[in-house]
Amino acid sequence: MNYRILEKKVLIPGQTTLLVIDAPHVAKKAKPGNFVILRTSEKGERIPLTIADCDPVAGTVTIVFLVVGKSTAELNTFEEGQALHDFCGPLGKPTHIEKQGTVICVGGGTGVAAMHHIAKGHAAMGNRVVAIIGARNKDLLLFCSELGNFCPEVLIATDDGSQGHHGFVTEVLKQRLEEDKNVSEVVAIGPVPMMEAVAKVTKPFGVKTTVSLNAIMVDGIGMCGACRCTVGGETKFACVDGPEFDGHQVDFGELRLRLSQFRPQEQESMALFQHKCQCGEGK
Amino acid sequence: MSEKAVKPAKRARTEMPVQPPFVRIQNYLEVALGYGEAEAMAEASRCIQCKKPGCRQGCPVEIDIKGFIGKLQQGDLPGAYKVLREYNSLPAVCGRVCPQENQCEGMCILGKNPEKTGGAVAIGRLERFVADTFAARLAGGDAACLQITGETACHMSRDDLKVACIGAGPSSLTVAGYLASLGIKVTVFEALHEVGGVLVYGIPEFRLPKSIVRREVDAMRDLGVEFKTNWVGGKAITVQELFDEGYKAVFIGVGAGLPQFMHVPGENSIGVFSANEYLTRVNLGRAYDFPNYDTPVFKAEQVCVIGGGNVAMDAARTALRLGAKKVSIVYRRTKSEMPARLEELEHAIEEGVQLELLCAPLALNADENKRLVSMTVQNMKLGEPDASGRCRPMPIEGDTRDIPCQLVIIAVGTRPNPILLEATKGLALNKRGYIEANPEIGETSIHNVFAGGDIVTGAATVISAMGAGRKAAKEIAKRLLGAEA
Repeated sequence: MNYRILEKKVLIPGQTTLLVIDAPHVAKKAKPGNFVILRTSEKGERIPLTIADCDPVAGTVTIVFLVVGKSTAELNTFEEGQALHDFCGPLGKPTHIEKQGTVICVGGGTGVAAMHHIAKGHAAMGNRVVAIIGARNKDLLLFCSELGNFCPEVLIATDDGSQGHHGFVTEVLKQRLEEDKNVSEVVAIGPVPMMEAVAKVTKPFGVKTTVSLNAIMVDGIGMCGACRCTVGGETKFACVDGPEFDGHQVDFGELRLRLSQFRPQEQESMALFQHKCQCGEGK
Repeated sequence: MSEKAVKPAKRARTEMPVQPPFVRIQNYLEVALGYGEAEAMAEASRCIQCKKPGCRQGCPVEIDIKGFIGKLQQGDLPGAYKVLREYNSLPAVCGRVCPQENQCEGMCILGKNPEKTGGAVAIGRLERFVADTFAARLAGGDAACLQITGETACHMSRDDLKVACIGAGPSSLTVAGYLASLGIKVTVFEALHEVGGVLVYGIPEFRLPKSIVRREVDAMRDLGVEFKTNWVGGKAITVQELFDEGYKAVFIGVGAGLPQFMHVPGENSIGVFSANEYLTRVNLGRAYDFPNYDTPVFKAEQVCVIGGGNVAMDAARTALRLGAKKVSIVYRRTKSEMPARLEELEHAIEEGVQLELLCAPLALNADENKRLVSMTVQNMKLGEPDASGRCRPMPIEGDTRDIPCQLVIIAVGTRPNPILLEATKGLALNKRGYIEANPEIGETSIHNVFAGGDIVTGAATVISAMGAGRKAAKEIAKRLLGAEA
């Protein structure tokens, strides 16, 4: 068990990468909505990533990450055949999936990858899944064809109008909710402002709205409380009580500020890493 | 040394060299440096080898203390180690972190009248000396076996007899070491990426160097114990699956990991941390060496640590080492009610930690960016003793004040982590949510499933967890090996 990278696919150069990891015991247990925690090296930080897909037969887990700081930048230097130092999962409560009719899955940015696994779970249960995905332009859209494999509709929004609706996913969602009164649930995964906006759109329609929170975590098993969020006025741990919560109850403002907690250190670490790379010290 | 009982020594306890406070707060190295041979022999000679030693009754694992000190008095270091090892699988750890003043040393006859006798024998320091010195003399070959059992040959490992431990803290390590020395194959499943539980994520390097823990763990590996890190019990593997895979018994030692918060306004502000998070970042994540290591930790000039236990002391002393200008321990009772080990409290005060006593947090105040700026506390006075025997703190109506701080570390206790418990059908819990286990043998409501340590008792000491592990291991060995054990 050495968490080897079996496949690496650069989805957006320098920005978003997909890795297929050899981790049979995680693949065997992983369900939609679960996440993993990995470390790149002995000195690495524990970073949580929502599972984008898994194959229990092949024993593989797929993750997709956005390069946002030192740890993900370093992860992006890994090639096929190399092994991650640590890979722990499945963590968190899986998505609650039941047969319920039409489910709209909204994904923004890298969040589309995690949304993909959940959408797949809903489709496997026999729900009609409508996917709505967005990005700044068409070259940055993720998992479009994969979603097409099991979603009868994949609706697209781009900020520049290069593909699909010219504007935000929330506008597509709103229109859809107005036209289709039989939507039983909306699932939204993406940047915090997007999930907040989705929850705002669905509220007047009274549609159950599930969001997946990407809080800062350390252990991922409920030991530390780094990931605490306010949901319905109560403190919850995203790692063990979530990561999915009722989007209408989440204090997104607090989440956004808490995500900025270590920004100075993150910048310091990233600057040092880039400096080392430029000096040819490698990783 | 003659066999005859020696008269009580009038010499005071032999001091153990420590890094001076002004030096040690600049580094993260161990504070207490340990006895050299001369100091150890001088201290050992103070032991009067009582006919009925009280010290042993004070020890949760009933180490034959008189026996090991007796061997030391004769200059027989391997003999002393062997005695220790018969009872205690982690002597180098216990010599450092046990609250000896409440246990063995608290029962030492020389401690009853310290003016005349010079005080209790420094049993913990001697235990540490024996463990460290013996380990330092070992090299290669039979080293692991010697280190774990004090014997030169261990039983051959029998792969048909498998036992699983969930969690890799002090209780599981005790079970693993004990069973491995009898030739039983043990696999330890650990959720984090490093083995040791609270010994690696909780107790700071300056109190318990991680190299000491690693030495013990490596010896167990050499004896055939398998450690599977990154395996979360209840997620990646369940108790039933372990039996299905052929394990004959399962030991649950998952600790009481969930941090308690205070439920006061502002608790989710930026700059408010559980002691678990703060210490895990610094110890497991080596954040004291950021950015060489990637895990960051929050730094501030004014720090308040809430609570009066060992964890609070560890957090406060860590904050000082990370460069805080002022670190205060905020506690609702007085110094004498603090549950922390005396030595930890004394070390903390020497290092400059301030005490804000008789006050309890009412609110954590943040600025418009949700960054902590101060804490409002309620001033208290002591009332009648409560069920714990300690005086109950009572609020003084209307008497509050603000303490400026940008970092608050909450160390007010922990709760059981439910992940494994919820995933294990038929496991009986008590009303506080901890596992019900037979106190004699550690067996739970499920046949051949044992439990010990904080997940049974609630947050307690390393040594009591080890005591529970030992009881369970003995029973497991008896069941698996029958008359051989």
